[in-house]
Amino acid sequence: MNGAQVVVEALKREGVECIFGYPGGACMPIFDALVDAPELKMVLVRHEQGATHMADGYARTTGKPGVVLVTSGPGATNTVTGLLTAQMDSVPMVVLTGQTITSNLGKDAFQEADIFGITMPVVKHSYLVKEVNDLPRIMKEAFYLASSGRPGPVLIDLPKDVVTAECETSFPETLELSGYQVPARASSEALRNAAELLKASRKPLLYVGAGAVLSNAGRKVLELAEKLRAPVTTTLLGKGAFPETHELSVGMLGMHGTAYANKAVIDCDLIMAIGARWDDRITGKVSAFCPEATKIHIDIDPAEFGKIIQPDLSINGDAALVLEDLIPMVEPLDSAEWLDQISRWKRKYPLRYPKRGGLRAQQVLDELDRLTESQAIISTDVGQHQMWAAQFCLSSRERQWLSSGGAGTMGYGLPAAIGAQFGCPDDLVVAVVGDGGFQMTQMELATAAIHKLPLKILIIDNRYLGMVRQWQQLFFDNRESGVDMMGNPDFVKLGEAYGIKGFRIRRSGDVTRVLKQALAYQDGPCIIHAEVVKADNVFPMIPAGAAVSEMLIEEPSPKVKLAKPVGST
Amino acid sequence: MEQQYTISILVNNKPGVMVRLGQTFARRGFNVESLVVSPAHDPRMSRMTVVVQGDPETFDQILRQLNKLVDVINAVHHQADNAVEREMALFKLEVSPERRAEVFQIIDVFRAKTVDVGENSLIVETTGSSSKIDALERLLATMGLREMVRTGKLIMARGVSAT
Repeated sequence: MNGAQVVVEALKREGVECIFGYPGGACMPIFDALVDAPELKMVLVRHEQGATHMADGYARTTGKPGVVLVTSGPGATNTVTGLLTAQMDSVPMVVLTGQTITSNLGKDAFQEADIFGITMPVVKHSYLVKEVNDLPRIMKEAFYLASSGRPGPVLIDLPKDVVTAECETSFPETLELSGYQVPARASSEALRNAAELLKASRKPLLYVGAGAVLSNAGRKVLELAEKLRAPVTTTLLGKGAFPETHELSVGMLGMHGTAYANKAVIDCDLIMAIGARWDDRITGKVSAFCPEATKIHIDIDPAEFGKIIQPDLSINGDAALVLEDLIPMVEPLDSAEWLDQISRWKRKYPLRYPKRGGLRAQQVLDELDRLTESQAIISTDVGQHQMWAAQFCLSSRERQWLSSGGAGTMGYGLPAAIGAQFGCPDDLVVAVVGDGGFQMTQMELATAAIHKLPLKILIIDNRYLGMVRQWQQLFFDNRESGVDMMGNPDFVKLGEAYGIKGFRIRRSGDVTRVLKQALAYQDGPCIIHAEVVKADNVFPMIPAGAAVSEMLIEEPSPKVKLAKPVGST
Repeated sequence: MEQQYTISILVNNKPGVMVRLGQTFARRGFNVESLVVSPAHDPRMSRMTVVVQGDPETFDQILRQLNKLVDVINAVHHQADNAVEREMALFKLEVSPERRAEVFQIIDVFRAKTVDVGENSLIVETTGSSSKIDALERLLATMGLREMVRTGKLIMARGVSAT
């Protein structure tokens, strides 16, 4: 077997179903070896960034590592954004890059890039393979590292002479990774302490993040919340770890979270993070973040403890296993008054939007949620539409919500939806994208069309980079700068050019009818072009760097002058 | 207020490890004061002793991030009271033959030795704690010091406990 055949054999052994790739000179031997492995579906993308987001969407929905195969130089550098996206959100992924021959390394050879060096800060681990006999071990290690512990992307740089050389070693039975530990169950002392702290709480709040989704802890979170009688808030990436339709759910917290979730954050006497990392989009001003509440932090990654918030108790372990052990140790809490208070907030500050004055994105998303009974897999881009989708498209199960949370990568939505549809061919997949982000990766319409994927592409088009415009309006005296997307194409016609069916929504009276038509359409992908009002703002909002208590529940009067945000972005 | 920390790191002897460590320090604003890399007793591994300077609030986080790297077996912060610290230095002095005796007196007090003598030059070698080397440097600075090369600090935990 040569190196390329070892790569293909390893992919088969790891149970890989599809590879998202784009060929080029340096990776031709691997593409050649794929000809003999028809069981591995090679999805030819239109840009390498798209390949990484597809692998990401595939991984987030299936829980299995997504695989990317690209060539050296620009092919490899085009994966950097996708690697960052995956690293920030702990998505398992293996990226294989072609490389010039080893004797040319460091000599500015054609299409040579030091991708091993370039990507070091955005991968969980990486390899530059110089010896073909190391390849079986490296392939096995890469899949294990990508998917175990706190998952993440692993990059393998494969020089062309290495993949054409004969390999004399076989795949190892076991791996020797003495510096790598995978926490599983928590110490019994930590669990006892947690039970003790919980016992004293009258106003508890479970704050559930992506770690709970990654460890498939949803059922345990539900069990714990119901036993404790504790309300649950989910982060943007924790959506689905607890059903948002449940009476104990207060929805998403943070910058554009629900008013009642953020009020619960302010007033709780105990907050327990389950696989969540106190991101700045959640804490706002850290020193003012629930200063009085007891903080318990459950995380599989010990480097998260004390990074942002010093918890009163840290519990290192896999979320599902920690909760499994913790549940029998806790008692129902005396939280009736607290739950009443939360119900009052829910009634007083519901998420709402104006029903008049033109078509609103919120109405389209609210109706999409109703018609799909909160069952669709939703992927989003980044910006206003993302926050509205997070608010109005409720998640009822894990791995149903795909969004670039940590990196905030525009252009993620469409390719992630394509990857999700490959991973979950029988599910309804909807890409909710803005006109800005969509145009960053719109060439992947071709990939969706060629494979006749039945996904729905809902373009929330306000002809603006709306989130930036919102900040300019609120914090920069409405001085618009670089936000007008004048010259957007007609997205329905754009779809037609790829042979993709298009639907249009222009009036709020059309929303239900057109969405129903689009959802019933089964002959491949379709575009739903929603031409929404140009200037609308997302609320509630906590200005970046401000305390949670400074939340703006509704649009402030134009006379109110807001200070420029002190948070980084 | 920035502080100095000595960390002993046992790593896999693999390409790229140094860069990953360097990035971990640099990204969080820590400056590397000295760095010693050598083979460990197990040839598949290397031992690094790093002296860094930075913010105490970030240091704990750095240690956790180092331990998170796949190729780091362990990274441990050591303090002088539980570890032996050694450093070696070479000093080149420009000294006329008449003043040699004066230099010899000083280096004798420090139990340093002369490893090269030229017509108007001397190379002095010394081993000891970093503060001893600092003290010798201050004295030699007044006696024609032209160059100094230091190995950087080495550290080993006292007793049977692992470094």
